[in-house]
Amino acid sequence: MFNYHFDWAVVTSGQYAQWLLSGIKVTVELSVAAIILSFLLGLIIAVMRMSHVKPILWFAHAYLEFFRNTPLLVQIFFWYFGSYKILPKVVNDWLNTTNFEFSAAVIALTIYTSAFIAEDIRSGVRAIPKEQMEAAQSSGFSYLRSMYYIILPQAVRLTIPPLINQFLNLTKNSSLAMTIGVAELTYQARQVESYTFKGFEAFTAATLVYLALSVVITWMVTLYNKHVLNPLGVR
Amino acid sequence: MNPGLDFSVIWDNLTHFFIGTYPNGPIGGIVLTLYLAFVALILSFFGGLLLGLLCVSSNRFIRFATLAVVNTIRGIPLLMVIFWMFYLLPALLGGHSAPENWTVIAALTIFTSAYMSQIVQAGIDGIPRGQTEAALSTGLHPWQTMVYVVLPQALRNMIPSFVNQFVSMIKDTSLAFIVGVSELTHVATQISNRTMVYPTEIFFFIACIYFVICFAFTSLSRWLETRLAWRKAI
Repeated sequence: MFNYHFDWAVVTSGQYAQWLLSGIKVTVELSVAAIILSFLLGLIIAVMRMSHVKPILWFAHAYLEFFRNTPLLVQIFFWYFGSYKILPKVVNDWLNTTNFEFSAAVIALTIYTSAFIAEDIRSGVRAIPKEQMEAAQSSGFSYLRSMYYIILPQAVRLTIPPLINQFLNLTKNSSLAMTIGVAELTYQARQVESYTFKGFEAFTAATLVYLALSVVITWMVTLYNKHVLNPLGVR
Repeated sequence: MNPGLDFSVIWDNLTHFFIGTYPNGPIGGIVLTLYLAFVALILSFFGGLLLGLLCVSSNRFIRFATLAVVNTIRGIPLLMVIFWMFYLLPALLGGHSAPENWTVIAALTIFTSAYMSQIVQAGIDGIPRGQTEAALSTGLHPWQTMVYVVLPQALRNMIPSFVNQFVSMIKDTSLAFIVGVSELTHVATQISNRTMVYPTEIFFFIACIYFVICFAFTSLSRWLETRLAWRKAI
């Protein structure tokens, strides 16, 4: 280590810097796509988990437990290598016209994260007094409508800090997509390492990018907690 | 037309899934997954305790330095930590390459210690201030206060969170695949590559194995949570 020759120019300019930049772009695309989809799916699962119809409740329960207690890497492999046998032919054909590595990574990240998001939304909903639901239903709203108009708008406000945490986790987890050949940041850092043997520089650059993302997002959550959830500073 | 599912491939390779190539080679499969998780759990318990105590130190410099380290580790993906260990450990050992198992254990320990330290910190913060004040006023040294009064109570409240962290750890051992450690996920990709046409069955099967192990511990954590809460109420 001590006679290692540092060469930061490798990662700050030229072709290899281009690789890292394109890696950042793919990481952001992957994360944004999975964040939007996993939020929608998580919302649906959360509502199903609180349903009074037993089969729907059981399905949501099984979904949550199964996908939370299985490694993301295995889920990525399942969707990338194994999904062709269980998906309908139409879907397979459509997926093959897209960039399949990318799509499989989005599917796996979405399903994995949606299970965590659903739990966060559910705890947000449970923090809303149940009299609100009773009042909404007794004034003629159906279950879904009282959820949509009364409960969820309040719950989502409470749920935003843990949700953003999950999105941050998702962004970090998107590094696993490199195992199926999605050229995101970690993949490109490793690529630079194997072309130049400058592992320290390449991984330092990638680490700093992930850190910057985390710091900015954590800071935003702190601001949100301070100014929106608790503007008066009540403890 | 989709080809049908054929689970006989699981049955044919069952010992391979459990112990890898064991009598003829290094141990692998589920046994190695659990071994990595247990060793890293024990190491990161002590790592987390140490970092957690440093985080609540009364010395401002120590506190900020530790928090900076902890938040840095929490801000990057585990895969990054594994790569750092993969390239850093050999350099630190003077050019000798470290065994892959220890690369992974080191990475998991560092990564999980950072998360455990947050649990420890929250546990210590959860003990009422009066306990510390009472212990100090009876003449105990700050260290004795921590070891005999605060920690025993705090640790008990932390047990469910520790079990949850262990579940994450079991899931995280699958990343050992990337540096070629033959734990369950790696064994599964090997079998899948060898048999060519059964990836669906194989990855579904190992997902179920991980699920059974992790769900058992998740349930244990929930049970502990209600049980410990009940005892505390007396």
